[in-house]
Amino acid sequence: MKKAHRAYLAFSLLLALLVFGFSTPRPHPPEPKLPEKSKSTAAELTPEQAFDLMMEVLTHKRCVNCHPADDYPRQGEDSHIHNFGVQRGPDNHGVAALQCQTCHQSENNNHAGVPGAPEWSLAPRKMAWQGLTRVEIARSMLNPENNGGRTLEETVHHLTEHELVLWAWEPGVDANGTPREKPPVPKAEYIKAVKTWAAGGAPIPEE
Amino acid sequence: MTISFNINGQPTSLEVDGDTPLLWVVRDMLDLKGTKFGCGKAACGACTLHVDGKAVRSCSYAVKYADGKNITTIEGLSNGDQLHPVQQAWMEEIVPQCGYCQPGFMMATAALLSEIPNPTDEDIDNNIVNVCRCATYYRMRKAIHRAAGLQSKNAKNQPS
Repeated sequence: MKKAHRAYLAFSLLLALLVFGFSTPRPHPPEPKLPEKSKSTAAELTPEQAFDLMMEVLTHKRCVNCHPADDYPRQGEDSHIHNFGVQRGPDNHGVAALQCQTCHQSENNNHAGVPGAPEWSLAPRKMAWQGLTRVEIARSMLNPENNGGRTLEETVHHLTEHELVLWAWEPGVDANGTPREKPPVPKAEYIKAVKTWAAGGAPIPEE
Repeated sequence: MTISFNINGQPTSLEVDGDTPLLWVVRDMLDLKGTKFGCGKAACGACTLHVDGKAVRSCSYAVKYADGKNITTIEGLSNGDQLHPVQQAWMEEIVPQCGYCQPGFMMATAALLSEIPNPTDEDIDNNIVNVCRCATYYRMRKAIHRAAGLQSKNAKNQPS
């Protein structure tokens, strides 16, 4: 009888191990390490240092994936061309019957792994950042011919308040349920850096 | 929350968690089984239906977004007994093999023809990116061109 009881206990333990062992939540990847230079607060930075901090974000894949130099959005941590050859279309919102909003809505869908934010779309072709240096990106960003005629103040507003830009810090999970990588600078630090840079005359360093 | 919309011309009101995918509302609550579950990740297109005339992947479309809108599923594509040109063309070209993904393709095609009445092969390639594991793409391409012709013919025959 005792032997049978022990066997039952052993079986129960094995069953529990199987059930709970395999249902352990997927460990999230570690948060990206903050670059050394961003450990000081943005408020203490010179405009030049603020530029560096801002560019840590603007050259990150969460930004550049939607600023491609061609007509194909990028996706994923490896910035591959969007699955199924999804295209920019005439107004940056996709082609006639395959609009961004066919799949992307105004917020992330973490059940499906489909990202979303208000005005989900590609940046206009003139605002292509893919393949540009930080200096080239900054020059393009401040050029009214490229930036949609924005003043510096309007550019700062776009960079620090537009929901689609700030989505980079709330990027949700991918189709496998893995959290997307966030930019390497916390949002508040980034916003301060952009404002510090702009307030200091938006200096662009020499290449 | 209460969500109200028109589906296939019928006003409908439901108590539902707003984050429920529209697909499951359509299939399980409204018993319209023509719209299919494929991948659940907005990738394959089997769940395509129309929201305000635009193609939407309903597996990844929270029902809260549908409030106040007009939804059309494959069941509502025809005009009563008169088949939609896409349905007619699909039959004439005997497109389906297993058929599972075809409602999604047909809804995507209907959305395409409402935007581009005479699509080129390139238009078809760019706009219709659903997935068919039976690989009926060749027959679908023929059917899309045929549907465009039927649609044009129907438009000409309509009394002005």
